[in-house]
Amino acid sequence: MPSIDPAPENPMAQLRKLLWIAVAVAVLLGGILYIGAERAGQRPAAQNGLNFGGPFTLTAADGSVLTDKTLAGKPYAIFFGFTRCPDVCPTTLSRMARLRKALGKDGDKFAIVFVSVDPDRDKPADIGEYVKLFETPIIAATGTDAQIAAIRKSYGIYVAKVPLDPADPKGDYTIDHTAGVFLMDAKGQLSSIIDHAEADEMAIAKLKRLIAES
Amino acid sequence: MTLPPRTLALPALLALAAPPLLAHGFAAGKIAISHPWTRETAATQVVGGGFMKITNNGKTADRLVSASSPNAREVQMHTMSMEGGVMKMRQLKDGIVIPAGQTVELKPGSLHVMFMGIKAPFKKGSKIPATLKFKQAGSVKVQFTVQAVGSTMPMEAGHAQH
Repeated sequence: MPSIDPAPENPMAQLRKLLWIAVAVAVLLGGILYIGAERAGQRPAAQNGLNFGGPFTLTAADGSVLTDKTLAGKPYAIFFGFTRCPDVCPTTLSRMARLRKALGKDGDKFAIVFVSVDPDRDKPADIGEYVKLFETPIIAATGTDAQIAAIRKSYGIYVAKVPLDPADPKGDYTIDHTAGVFLMDAKGQLSSIIDHAEADEMAIAKLKRLIAES
Repeated sequence: MTLPPRTLALPALLALAAPPLLAHGFAAGKIAISHPWTRETAATQVVGGGFMKITNNGKTADRLVSASSPNAREVQMHTMSMEGGVMKMRQLKDGIVIPAGQTVELKPGSLHVMFMGIKAPFKKGSKIPATLKFKQAGSVKVQFTVQAVGSTMPMEAGHAQH
């Protein structure tokens, strides 16, 4: 005989409510502590004395020279990827377009920069066409192997070419690469980093701070 | 911390309650495929990721062994992961196992098929035909709906009846 539990809902429901309240409090506290720490000036790299960012020379989509000086005077969000990246690159760039839109009239107070880590295959025209997909102004850049190696070094970008078929090491390859978005202020100093997994709200807060600081 | 089991059970129940084939579904034997979708590509872009849900209604495991499309030189199966902020993608030469009675979701940030050497840009709103070959269920022809580049899920899943 199946027995009928008179009130199976209550203890579970209460427990669930309590758990969610605990989660909300933890998230709130974490957020406050995090923002507090950031306000106190604990910037990721700049304060550690690391020479993060710095001068670079690249080629823009229209073939012109793009340097750190071209970008100076306005903050920018810089992301490293490649056009044969089927997932994280379109996801990240369309997210930046979405965040820019969410900032309303402040949305054009920072530039979005996409740098190819696949200069052998991504020529200026390739990256130019690619960033058009995202329907917001994105400065696309590629360069010589040496130029890309230099900017990778100064931004600490991990890049590894991996053959798609291990049995054919000279064949088609993909590229493991750092997928964070670096927020650089108008002076080219690192303000913060937007992580791939982080919520839009936190990313927007970082962008607002970037704009306010610059 | 763990979620109460009921929280997890609810979506699973809803999924079971849904009809096996929605507006945009395909089937071969015990294998059902729902909402294949891909993203629009730029004129100069030569690759694109494809996503879908594959359900094995059978009592034995099956395997997606290969995929092909007249719109691409080759279609590979890949897995993607983020490790310490680094994106890593790997080809799955042995295919993708679909365990008995389970659904495997190919989605952004995870498993996907990858159209390599696409012959013409994928235009938003168009359909990309492909053939998926399963070890047990055999071949099934599907159509990948081309969505906006910013999509992270199939459009039909959010509002199936529009």
